[in-house]
Amino acid sequence: MEFLSYLISGVSLGSVYAIIALGYTMVYGIAKMLNFAHGDVIMVGGYISFCAISYLGLPSIVAVLLAMLVCTVLGVVIEGLAYRPLRSAPSLAVLITAIGVSYLLQNAALLLWGAGGKSYPSVVSGALQLFGGQLSISYASILTVAVCLVIMAALSAFISGSKLGKAMRACSEDKGAAQLMGINVNATISLTFAIGSALAAVAGVLLCSSYPTLMPTTGSMPGIKAFTAAVFGGIGSIPGAFLGGLLLGIIEALAKAYISTSLANSIVFAVLIVVLLVRPAGLLGKYVPEKV
Amino acid sequence: MKKKKFFALVTAMAMVLGLAACGSSDTPAADEGGTSDESSTVTAFKIGTLGPLTGGTAIYGQAVANGAKIAVDEINAAGGDIQFEIQSEDDTNDPEASVNAYNTLMDDGMQMLVGPTTTGPAQAVSAVAYTDRTFMLTPSASSTDVIDGKDNVFQVCFTDPNQGTAAADYMAENMAGAKVAVIYQNDSAYSQGIRDTFVAEAGVQGLEVVWEGTFTKDTATDFSVQLTAAQAAGADTLFLPFYYQEASLVLNQADAMGYAPTFFGVDGMDGILTMEGFDTSLAEGVMLLTPFSADAEDERTQTFVQTYQDQFGEIPNQFAADAYDAVYILKAALEASGCTADMSAAEICEKLVEVMPTLSVDGLTGSGMTWDASGAVSKAPMAVVIENGVYVLP
Repeated sequence: MEFLSYLISGVSLGSVYAIIALGYTMVYGIAKMLNFAHGDVIMVGGYISFCAISYLGLPSIVAVLLAMLVCTVLGVVIEGLAYRPLRSAPSLAVLITAIGVSYLLQNAALLLWGAGGKSYPSVVSGALQLFGGQLSISYASILTVAVCLVIMAALSAFISGSKLGKAMRACSEDKGAAQLMGINVNATISLTFAIGSALAAVAGVLLCSSYPTLMPTTGSMPGIKAFTAAVFGGIGSIPGAFLGGLLLGIIEALAKAYISTSLANSIVFAVLIVVLLVRPAGLLGKYVPEKV
Repeated sequence: MKKKKFFALVTAMAMVLGLAACGSSDTPAADEGGTSDESSTVTAFKIGTLGPLTGGTAIYGQAVANGAKIAVDEINAAGGDIQFEIQSEDDTNDPEASVNAYNTLMDDGMQMLVGPTTTGPAQAVSAVAYTDRTFMLTPSASSTDVIDGKDNVFQVCFTDPNQGTAAADYMAENMAGAKVAVIYQNDSAYSQGIRDTFVAEAGVQGLEVVWEGTFTKDTATDFSVQLTAAQAAGADTLFLPFYYQEASLVLNQADAMGYAPTFFGVDGMDGILTMEGFDTSLAEGVMLLTPFSADAEDERTQTFVQTYQDQFGEIPNQFAADAYDAVYILKAALEASGCTADMSAAEICEKLVEVMPTLSVDGLTGSGMTWDASGAVSKAPMAVVIENGVYVLP
C-alpha cells in the first residue's frame, strides 16, 4: 500500500514535469533553441491566475484563460524582442539571452509582486479516496495527467496534420529551405512561442494547484527538472516529454522513499546519464547522424 | 535597422530596470540630511546593512533593511548625541556577492555592519570583517560558524544549536512520549545545524526520533513521500527546522493526505500566518520557537508594527525586529564605549568588542539580552502555539 502511495506521489510530480516538458520540447523541436525562460513564463502564468482569482474574484476557468492570454502575448513579445534579432547568431548567444530573459522575468516579478511567498488558491481541491482512505489521489494530479494527455494528443495532431504544423516541421528541418518554399519563418516561430507560452500558463496553474507556494523563483527549478525530463524522453519528441516527465517523477519519488531522501536527485541524474550513454538521443528521440 | 532599434530598446529597458533596482536600495541613506542638523557638532555614524534585496530570499534582506531603517529614523528623530546614517546593499544571498557588497559599503565609509542577513554570506563576510577589524553585528545569521573564533562578530538572533536544543528540551518536558519525525533541508546550513543539535539533545533527553528525511532547495516542491514515510514510521510529532514557504507546502500536503501530527517549527516558521493566500486554518495547532511576535501587546512592539505597516505595507517578521534591535544594540554599545563618529571603523571596533559583554539590552526580540565574548546572544527562545490565527503561549 505504501508502495502505491509513493507511486502516486511520483506520478503527481511527474505529470507536472511532463506538462512543463511539453512546452520545452515543442519550442526546441521547432525553433531548435532552449528557451530557458520557459520556467519563468510558467511562474508569470501562476501569478496572473493568482491575481485574477484572489484580487479580481474571477472564476478559475476565466483566470486560466486570462493567464493563457497574457502568457501568449508575453511569449510572442519575448521572442520578437529577445530571440528574433539573434536568429542568425550562434546558438550559444541565444542560450545566454534566454538565461537573461529568465532573470529579467524573475526580477520583474519580484518588483511587481514582492519577494514573499503567496499561497495559491487551489483551482481543483479534494482527493479521490481509495481502499477506505488508505490511498488518496488528489484531483489536481488526476487533472494534470488528463490535461497532459489531451495536450500531447492535440499537439501531435496539430504538428503532423495541419498546414501550419507542416510549416513548423519544415522550419525545424531547414529554416533557409523553408523560407525559399514561401514559408514565413518568423511568423511560424512566433506561433510556436505563442503555443509554448499558452502551454506554460496551463502548466503554471497546474503546478501551483499541486504545489501551492508561489514565489518569483517558483518556475526555475521545476523548469530545469522538466528540461531534464525532456532530454530524458528525447528532446523534440512530444510523447518523449510526457514519458520522460512521468519517469523522472516516479524515479525521484521511489528513490526518496526506498534509498535516501538526500540522494534522490543524484539518483535521478545518474539514471539520466545512463540513459543518455545508451541512447544518446533520449528514450524516444530520433538520432539524426550529421552528414559531413 | 529595425532590428537594431529593437535591440537598443530592450537594452535601454534592461538598464532602466537595473537603475530602478539600485535606486530602491539606496533610499534609506537619502533622507538623512534633514534630521542631523540639530547640533552641528554631532556627525552621524555610518552603518550598513547587507542582505538579499532581490532573489528568492529577498523577503529576509528587505525585512532587515526596513527594520534597521525604522530604528535609525527613530534614533535620529529623537536627536540624541548618537546619530546614524544607513546604507543598505544587496547580496542576493550569495557569499561572493556579499563580500563585494561589504567592500562597497567600506568604500562608502561604513563604520559598523548590521548584517549579513543569511548564514552563508555571513560566514564569508565575517572572515573579511575579522581581518579588516570592522565591527559586525548580524541580526539573523544564526550559525555558530559565523561567530566562531571572531571576537568582533556578534549575533542578535539565537544560534542554531540553541534552537535545536531548546526545541528538544521543550518536547521532552511538555510532550512526553512523543514519537518525533524530523524533515530538514540538508543543503541549508541553518536547517542542518538545528537538526544536528536537536537530534543530539533528543538523545540526551530520551526523546524518541522515529524517522528522519531530507530535502534540498531543488526538491522542495513535493513532500508527500517524506510525509508518507513519517506516517508509516508512526510519528505523532513532526519537527520542521526550515522556512515557512516550504513549511506551508508540508502543511498543505499533510492535510491533503489526512495526516495530522503536531507540527513543531523554529524561527523560520515565523511568517506563515502572513503568507498571502495561505489558509491559516491549516496552521492551527502548529508550534514554533520564535523570539518575536507581531501580535505582542507591549507598546514598543505595537509602535514598531504600526510604523512598519505604514511605511512598507506589510506586517514585520522576526528579521525586521532583529535588525531593529541590532541598531539599538549598536547605539547602546556606542554610548557605553564613548565612541565618536570621527573615529575609524577599526578604533570603534576595538572599543565595542570591549563593551559588548557588559551590555544588557531590552529589545523587541528579548528583554535583558546579553552577550558572551564568543558573540552569541543569551535570550530565551519562546515556544508559542498558533490558535485562531495568532500566536499564543501554550
